[in-house]
Amino acid sequence: MSIAFVRRETLPPLPAPASQAGVYGFFHARFFASPRDIAMSVIGLAALVLIAAPLLRFLVIDAVWTGANRDACVAVPTGACWPFVVAKFNQFIYGFYPHDELWRPNLVFLLGLLLLVPLLIPSMPWKRLNAALFLGIYPVLGFVLLTGGNLDPQRFVLGRFVDLAPYTGDHRLFGFRATFWADYAISALLLTLPIALIARLFGTRFSTSFKAMAAFFIALAIVILPVDADFGLRWVETREWGGLLVTLVVAVTGIVAALPIGIALALGRRSEMRLVRWASIAFIEFWRGVPLITVLFFATYMLPLFLPGGASIERLVRALIGVALFSGAYMAEVVRGGLQAVPKHQYESAAALGLGYWKTMGLIVLPQALTKVIPGIVNNFIGLFKDTTLVQIVAILDLLGQIRSAFSDPNWASPTTLYTGFAFAGLIYFAFCFAMSRYSLFLERRAGSSALRVEGAMR
Amino acid sequence: MTDLPVRREKTRVNWIFHPRVRSVFIQLLLVALVLLVAWFIYRTTSRNIAAQRIPIGFDFFWIESGFSISQALIPFSESNTYARAFLVGLLNTLFVSALGVVFATIIGFLVGIGRLSNNWMISRLCGTYVEVIRNLPLLFQILFWYLAVLAALPVPRQSISLAGDVFINNRGIMMPKPLFGEGIGIVALVLAAGLLLSLIVAVTSRRYRIRTGRRITLWPVYLLLIVPVPLAAFAYLGVSFDIDRPVLKGFNFNGGVRVIPEFLALLIALSTYTAGFIAEIVRAGVLAVPKGQSEAASALGLRRSPLLRLVVVPQALRVIIPPLTSQYLNLIKNSSLAVSIGYPDLVSVFAGTTLNNTGQAIEILGITMLVYLVISLIVSFGMNLYNRRIALKER
Repeated sequence: MSIAFVRRETLPPLPAPASQAGVYGFFHARFFASPRDIAMSVIGLAALVLIAAPLLRFLVIDAVWTGANRDACVAVPTGACWPFVVAKFNQFIYGFYPHDELWRPNLVFLLGLLLLVPLLIPSMPWKRLNAALFLGIYPVLGFVLLTGGNLDPQRFVLGRFVDLAPYTGDHRLFGFRATFWADYAISALLLTLPIALIARLFGTRFSTSFKAMAAFFIALAIVILPVDADFGLRWVETREWGGLLVTLVVAVTGIVAALPIGIALALGRRSEMRLVRWASIAFIEFWRGVPLITVLFFATYMLPLFLPGGASIERLVRALIGVALFSGAYMAEVVRGGLQAVPKHQYESAAALGLGYWKTMGLIVLPQALTKVIPGIVNNFIGLFKDTTLVQIVAILDLLGQIRSAFSDPNWASPTTLYTGFAFAGLIYFAFCFAMSRYSLFLERRAGSSALRVEGAMR
Repeated sequence: MTDLPVRREKTRVNWIFHPRVRSVFIQLLLVALVLLVAWFIYRTTSRNIAAQRIPIGFDFFWIESGFSISQALIPFSESNTYARAFLVGLLNTLFVSALGVVFATIIGFLVGIGRLSNNWMISRLCGTYVEVIRNLPLLFQILFWYLAVLAALPVPRQSISLAGDVFINNRGIMMPKPLFGEGIGIVALVLAAGLLLSLIVAVTSRRYRIRTGRRITLWPVYLLLIVPVPLAAFAYLGVSFDIDRPVLKGFNFNGGVRVIPEFLALLIALSTYTAGFIAEIVRAGVLAVPKGQSEAASALGLRRSPLLRLVVVPQALRVIIPPLTSQYLNLIKNSSLAVSIGYPDLVSVFAGTTLNNTGQAIEILGITMLVYLVISLIVSFGMNLYNRRIALKER
């Protein structure tokens, strides 16, 4: 038997069929593959034209760009009234923050940007330092700049039982009160002793607990010092804040405060101690099960009853407490996801090295878990950023609230004012949220590719 | 070679280092701390309440409310109690949530599948929808629909009139209202019985089909049970029937049913907003079904419709249901944003008006939060049951 023909070389590939290749193929596959596709393309195009064309006309083509009051806008009922936004710009961004002091929120914005941008770019060095600055120092600095600081606390712990003023006299230096800081020093010493004694019972050396307590009180002092100091800044009450400033303050405070709360709750939920676990689950599920509005109502109406002198706590601060508890519970679930994603052998290796619970968590597990959940944290932040709009229901005027209140200004009453306001608010919210969601997606892809590599190697 | 002497030394460990002792100690500490905080809150609260002379207890429920509610599914007037107001608010919350869940699911599935379309135009449109909807705050969207769209509709005298005496204007949608005479209750019972019977027949026939592989055509039976039988009952009992049509009188409409714009704005915003999230869930679910599954189904000769219905969708649902549940819960919780536009939901009626009138923040907010917790629990319980039914049964 002989073989008549054996092909020795591969045939050259045929050109793609005409319906797939070239410009025609491109359009054919995407728009006209079947009669149904043609119909859908036409409907889609019609929808696009019906939505996009009037939008473009309203926002750009017919829009009014200059003017001092409503007169310019009343004349053109089909175009946006941008002078309204220009005139109200400060109100939208800062609320009724005093005009001479606007450099303070501006500086806070700028510092935030300078610290945040390198934190978000993965290739930037000094991540730890950067994160510490952003999460630790920046909130204190922002607080001092925005409120004016100089809180002037009167008593620490001892002062609540003994009146120290006769011993120290009424001395002050840069806004620091001698009575308070004497109280602080003595109380710190007095508190350290019994705690060190109890810790000794549990086998901790005196020197270790002294060091830990000293570190705690020094850290606390570092937080109180700038807040107490008198930098000569005018005190600006939070009720004068508003607009985008409040939106950002609520969102950033919410997420920064949520991190420690969330980590503690997530660890609690995975704890082997039953009561700790149940308490964490109850706390998390309670806050996750109720709407944010009821939380804000709780913060506005119930917190003042719960706390001594509660009615004197400012409205914004109360709302911030509510938001922090609420977002802490959501953060806990994000962090828990990260904790569950850390492979078991990491825990086991840590145990094999003789590390205790806190060292295992702090050095091995949490760093890995938190890196894994950064996209989740960003998504959480997007949700919180959108949810901050709810504070206007408890009479705190954020960006949307300020825009809404500006609608009633008779100087700018025109048929297009309302739509212009909505367009401006929409553009700002969309810009923020879209950028953040893209960033989170970018991180997920990055993490996804590396996680895939690790998992592939393990299988 | 001798055995090495094994030195057995009883290591004495201080009992303080025993993990169980530590765990008990820490848990006791936690309990003590919680009790301390609770006691502290109780003390300050009772002092504050006494100082502000706020009444305590649930007696306020039986006081005449003195306000009216713009939309009530059960009759309500100023002379009704706060308890009834609570019920009205709760029903309104459930009503708008239920409708919202239905619409959000429909729109979400359409958009999610549209995003996967080969047609570039459709997939891009659906993608844009998802991006825009998801990146704007819900409150913004509710206010937009309420203030910018529905408030801009013409005044009643220039209503847009649709077929069948339906009018749309800036006071909402006016619709004719069917008026039934006595005996309609029996007809409704007959209809309910028909639906129940159809359900039983459907379940039985499904079991039969699974057991024997034979299919019985049953849709005429369902149709008979649901349409002609109740109609016959209707005719036999001689139930009077009339239509109350909305009629323009002066500046407003009289008669008929009015769907208030607050409800419409909330419903539209809730449905479209949640649909944006559901679309992403559906897309992820469909993408999670391996391509080999649909290829294998085509190889078996299944056409597009059974391929989707029998192979792709059941597998996609397994991925879709758990996140879908949390979206439903979000929708229910988000319906509380009604308070911003004055739709009389639970928060608006109870935690808003009733709280302002009585000042009993603790009781009212406690009940409100409890209600939402219970609703969440019930919904997630139901969805978990469904999820268990469709979950992968490994044999």
